[in-house]
Amino acid sequence: MTDTPLLYAQSTPGLCGVDLPETSPAPVRTGVPSRDDLDLPEVSEPQIIRHFTRLSQMNYSIDTHFYPLGSCTMKHNPRLNEQLARLPGFAYVHPLQPESTVQGSLALIHTLEQWLIQLTGLPKITLNPAAGAHGELTGMMMIKKAHKKRGKSPTFVLIPDSAHGTNPATAIMCGYQTLSVPTGNDGMVDLSAFNQLIEQYGDKIAAFMLTNPNTCGLFEKDIQKIAKSLHNIGAYLYMDGANFNAIVGKIKPADLGIDVMQMNLHKTFSTPHGGGGPGCGPVAVTEELGEFLPVPRVIHENGHYSLEKNAENSIGRMKSFHGHFGMFVRALAYMMSHGSDGLQAVSEGAVLNANYLFHNLKKHYHAPFPGPCMHECLLTDKHQKKEGVSTLDIAKALIDENFHPFTMYFPLVTSGSMLIEPTETEDKNTLDSFIEAMVKIAEKAPKKGENWAQKPEKAPRQRADEVQAAKQPILTWQMSQKKAQTK
Amino acid sequence: MRYLPHTSHVVAAMLQEIGVDDINALFTHIPAKALHKAPFAGLPKHQNEQEVGRNIAAFAEKNRSANQGSFFLGAGCYYHHIPAAVDYLIQRSEFLTAYTPYQPEVSQGTLTTMFEFQSYIAALTGMDVANASMYDGATSMVEAALMAKRLTKRPNIHIATPLHPHYMETLATYWHNQGGEYCQAEATTETACIIVQNPDFYGNMHDISKFAEKAQELSAKLVVVTTEILSLGLLPAPTDADIVCGEAQSIGVPMAFGGPGLGFFACKEPYMRHMPGRLIGETTDLSGKITYCLTLNTREQHIRREKATSNICTNVGLCALAFTIHASLLGKNGFKSLALLNHQKACALADALQKIQNITLLNNTFFNEFTIQITKNSQYIIDKLAQKGIIGGYPVDSDKIVLAATECTTSDDIDHLCIALQEVLAHD
Repeated sequence: MTDTPLLYAQSTPGLCGVDLPETSPAPVRTGVPSRDDLDLPEVSEPQIIRHFTRLSQMNYSIDTHFYPLGSCTMKHNPRLNEQLARLPGFAYVHPLQPESTVQGSLALIHTLEQWLIQLTGLPKITLNPAAGAHGELTGMMMIKKAHKKRGKSPTFVLIPDSAHGTNPATAIMCGYQTLSVPTGNDGMVDLSAFNQLIEQYGDKIAAFMLTNPNTCGLFEKDIQKIAKSLHNIGAYLYMDGANFNAIVGKIKPADLGIDVMQMNLHKTFSTPHGGGGPGCGPVAVTEELGEFLPVPRVIHENGHYSLEKNAENSIGRMKSFHGHFGMFVRALAYMMSHGSDGLQAVSEGAVLNANYLFHNLKKHYHAPFPGPCMHECLLTDKHQKKEGVSTLDIAKALIDENFHPFTMYFPLVTSGSMLIEPTETEDKNTLDSFIEAMVKIAEKAPKKGENWAQKPEKAPRQRADEVQAAKQPILTWQMSQKKAQTK
Repeated sequence: MRYLPHTSHVVAAMLQEIGVDDINALFTHIPAKALHKAPFAGLPKHQNEQEVGRNIAAFAEKNRSANQGSFFLGAGCYYHHIPAAVDYLIQRSEFLTAYTPYQPEVSQGTLTTMFEFQSYIAALTGMDVANASMYDGATSMVEAALMAKRLTKRPNIHIATPLHPHYMETLATYWHNQGGEYCQAEATTETACIIVQNPDFYGNMHDISKFAEKAQELSAKLVVVTTEILSLGLLPAPTDADIVCGEAQSIGVPMAFGGPGLGFFACKEPYMRHMPGRLIGETTDLSGKITYCLTLNTREQHIRREKATSNICTNVGLCALAFTIHASLLGKNGFKSLALLNHQKACALADALQKIQNITLLNNTFFNEFTIQITKNSQYIIDKLAQKGIIGGYPVDSDKIVLAATECTTSDDIDHLCIALQEVLAHD
């Protein structure tokens, strides 16, 4: 592994990585003087290829490493899907072309919608949202509009304390206040506390945002009772589908009594995470909520596809154009490759792998809740903490064992959480080596002489000083230069 | 199933080790009634790679793509050439299949490129700081308005120049849940921000300093939004703005039927801690080496929950990487030359169209996009052009068309359009 300085530091005046046609000296018609200053580096193509290739080698990735990040579903990304998304008939198509020239794109959207409708059991859907959190926002806006149409304006949204941070942040963006629902001793929603909130707040409650399976890796066994209680007071059950991989193709979430659900195509349906997106967050809803779906919507009539751009009662538009079409292509290819039989095997494989890890690791790490788990398992550092070894230390030690760490310190309902999600695409040998590494770390914990704070030692970088980064933030090369000058 | 690595023997052995007989024993918390339907009827069984390839390609074949002939659509999404190196590099496993860089020790690749991305966006916009991307231009602009609202504690938005209709509609959707007006007729002391799209939706240029003065007078924030980041290679940086945001799809990201695009967000340093989205900062590791990491996380939903500056989590990291590679290839001079080239293509297009009877150019100024007025219904004309294999622009206001030219536009493309337009405008 060789370091590479920023391209700014490699810049030589006069170099360029492209050859462009000559421009003419004709005066411009912009009405303003042309720009002179532009602080971009000047480098040739071979330097750029080496720079980014070397940088890539400083990353862990699914293709190179096991990536057991809980609630992130880092599974194999088939290359076929990449190839298909790049077909000129998809990649070089503009969103505002006449409908007659984009019948293929509209048909693909419609087909993907039908797949997701079948998989969720919910009859209405939008593919517009750009990511999971954007899907949450879309779903909650629909719920708000549905209440408004009935002449109601409830102000509270219930959220379990185990929820992902996007849930409360989304509720606030919709203008709601949040009420926290505690987790019980079994790792699931504390039903009596939930009932108490229902009794206390009644029809002031707009919805419950419930992740299922939840972030403790458990299926909310009382979900149907919860749905019934909510419906009795006129509230909706929003299911955060971030963990859909545990149940996809196995059960239809609609059978649980949910009203709205977002899915993350970049998790369950394997569109690559790309170091932070693009994602895609389709939202499926009940028949009743269908009229509130955002626009545009794809309409299929008499063999012709068209776009509905305005619709009475729609919440409106959530972003420009029609959503992350490139992700639609990849997700549909993934679904077709698996089929109904393969998707059932996906959730079963994911749950099997997680339970295999849970079974082997709970002998060495504290398991706050009993199993079986779903697609991910929750452990904590309770045993190791007594020896002065924390979840952070264990995570960083894993890097030296050639594994990407698990999700650390989340969920917040247990101290020192280690949330582990293997996914169905890992083979038994990989799982066994991971168990071996985790056991080795657990066995080292009570021994003296191990310098945990120094780990990782074998990674491209040692522990980063994140406190310093936040104290005096340097967010650009230009800020970095300025700071170097003042020193 | 080619993506699943267990044989039935392995599955049986694993189940035995766990201590259950059957896979369904692991699904015991699920209501039994819900469990008995799989595999679902109504969905096809799995297909091999050839079958999937064929079936998906059949959709693509029913589209008309921009590389098939004359193409003049812009309006917030642009057809540009993407150098071969860009797609090659973003498909490297270590970039494509990495997660959000929460573990800096094993994510320096992603983190360093995002730091370069932030630097390039700051340089182009003339702002001090930029984040690591937003979903797209429309949502980025809405986040700018929300940030202005937080900073000023004022409820209203004034839009000063013609705004892309999708941006306007997206703002309307979000603002329904905010209270206040999203489209004030005049800026007042209750205005959180003045939004200026430049070039505006019709392609016209605006004097930013005029709006900056107004904003300063009212103590409102000035948000400059652009749907074509390449314009910043020719226009002066909008340094008078408080926030500069918009769409950067033009550099490195294919149109892909409108998504994913690449939202960018930049602002002045004093607002740094109020920004939405991910930020990469420079620091050092234990050995003193320069190291990049996610920073100012306390603004974000995973730490701050209810009090976060936004609910955004996953953004469009890989598109930001594509931008960074393409912008690096262009560099200081290439970026400016490409911008000028686009402008000159648009000048050539404008000159050619003005020679046609019944066409009036409505712009005095433009970058690579402008609006013409015609004597017939614009949707009708666009449909007629499509029948002739020409994607002629974006029809607006029943008698206007917004057209864009880029480095992909050839003089043959322009000739074809002009001949076809003469025909359809003359035809009754």
